Amino acid sequence: MTGTGVGPTLIDLEHVSAGYDHSIVLSDVTLTVREDQFTGIVGPSGAGKTTLLRLLLGTLKPRSGTITTAPDLRIAYVPQLETVNWNFPITVEECVLMSRTQGRRLPWASAAEKREVARVLERLGISELAERHIRSLSGGQQQRMFLARALLRNPQLLLLDEPTSGVDVSTRHDVLHLLADLHEDGVAIVLTTHDLNGMATHLPHLVCVNHRIVADGTAAEVIRPEVLEQTFGARMDVLEHLGIRVVVDEARDPRINEGVR
Amino acid sequence: MKLAIHVSMKGFAEMETLIEPLSFAFFQKGLFVASLSGALLGFIGVFIVLRGMSYIGHGLSHSIFGGFAAAQLFAAQFYLLGAGLWGIASALAITSVAKKSRVGADAAIGVITTASFALGVALFAKFGNSGPSFESALFGSILGISVTQMVGLIVISAIAGLFVFFRYRSLLFMTFDPDVADVSGVRVNRTDAYLMIILSLSILATLTVIGVTLVAAMLVIPAVVARMLTDSFSKMLLISTIVGTLSGLIGMYASYYAGVPSGTMIVLVGAAVFGIVLAITGGRGLRRSAGLDSHGETLVVAPIAAR
Repeated sequence: MTGTGVGPTLIDLEHVSAGYDHSIVLSDVTLTVREDQFTGIVGPSGAGKTTLLRLLLGTLKPRSGTITTAPDLRIAYVPQLETVNWNFPITVEECVLMSRTQGRRLPWASAAEKREVARVLERLGISELAERHIRSLSGGQQQRMFLARALLRNPQLLLLDEPTSGVDVSTRHDVLHLLADLHEDGVAIVLTTHDLNGMATHLPHLVCVNHRIVADGTAAEVIRPEVLEQTFGARMDVLEHLGIRVVVDEARDPRINEGVR
Repeated sequence: MKLAIHVSMKGFAEMETLIEPLSFAFFQKGLFVASLSGALLGFIGVFIVLRGMSYIGHGLSHSIFGGFAAAQLFAAQFYLLGAGLWGIASALAITSVAKKSRVGADAAIGVITTASFALGVALFAKFGNSGPSFESALFGSILGISVTQMVGLIVISAIAGLFVFFRYRSLLFMTFDPDVADVSGVRVNRTDAYLMIILSLSILATLTVIGVTLVAAMLVIPAVVARMLTDSFSKMLLISTIVGTLSGLIGMYASYYAGVPSGTMIVLVGAAVFGIVLAITGGRGLRRSAGLDSHGETLVVAPIAAR
């Protein structure tokens, strides 16, 4: 995996400020997303992570500053699992196919599209789930289904909003490995996360956000107590375990360290 | 043998009873319009219900009533056109209000649509002596369905069918996941506006046979029944259209024999179908339809927070 990236620029944000109604959520953000990057946007809830993602997606216009996007850039987006209506009447295959809105206008899939869907489902290891209703999937399978929908668009840049929020440990590992594979295949990835140990410390490039860019660099450059304190507003220690940085809370209340009875 | 003859005679008599009203031209028209109305509302209702827009459908039908009455007063010959324009304007205004205002969208819709409805009632009370009666506009009537209305309903049904056919994937995407659809090349706002225009025209076209106060029920009941029976979107569209058609057909017959407004019987038949399907599917059907108006439910797995 590459670190902060040296490849061609996909999206360039220069001194961008953005927000909703009368409030500014992000100020003076300068950030470059490159073709060979795998980036984690880290920060506490309400810090502007999703706002930054929306700026990259182009669904939110900046109040000031400029955003330059590479011509004909193919972006795919994977939403948070919690925001999905799992009771919606739809099968895995129908869900994956819906992203193919360009070109063919007919409701049913062509033979070529069916082959393409089968190939993507196979790649993500969920072929046998094609006919299943989305509610019957596990958290990991749900995440794979949305990745399949995103991959059917053959994206250059994949954006994910909290991909490990609400999933168990083994699913988190699954998702991380899957994303690493996709990145190796040449897809640039930007995801948001507030999961430091489970996700952020494993990523090659991190951007810490708290209404502004606090730090931008490799995990070694960014996962440091002073940066984390500026980002999260709380003291944290950083240890090293098997070459990976581990963030530890500094709980001041002894009852928390001993376990509250 | 005697029994067989008796049964066949009885069956013949029942057939006679069913065929008898068909000898009246007004009933033939009524039956056709009611069935097609049921089909159209059942078809469009799937999108309305799955997008949690049932309340908008309800408000819109009341709003259109105001236009219906005003257009009759100011341009009697063109009241359908006037009411159609009023309906489209209301639909676009409601969509805009629902999207832009973060708080009180329901309240705003409530005010706009009920005020429009009240205006319609006032205009009807003061000047309403031409065109359909006040009662038939409210509850539907099998009488007085004009050829223009029939043609209008056929045209709008065809437009709705073609629109869904050629925009199927975009409509499905934006109904399931509007935010992701938006960033995946679906023109959500434009498609949404088209859907609202088709909804308002559908309400207008079915208004005389089903009635302002009951149209919303026919947008919801067939779709909910269909959702209870299937987990597939395409099958839900098909089942909802069939349930709507049957409710219109049987309801119109029932209305003829019971001598009550057509809309009431069509809705009652739809409600009876709902009851039967609920009894058959039980908890499974209820579970399927439970989240129809929600967008997202919380997973039971606890999030892994930063430590």
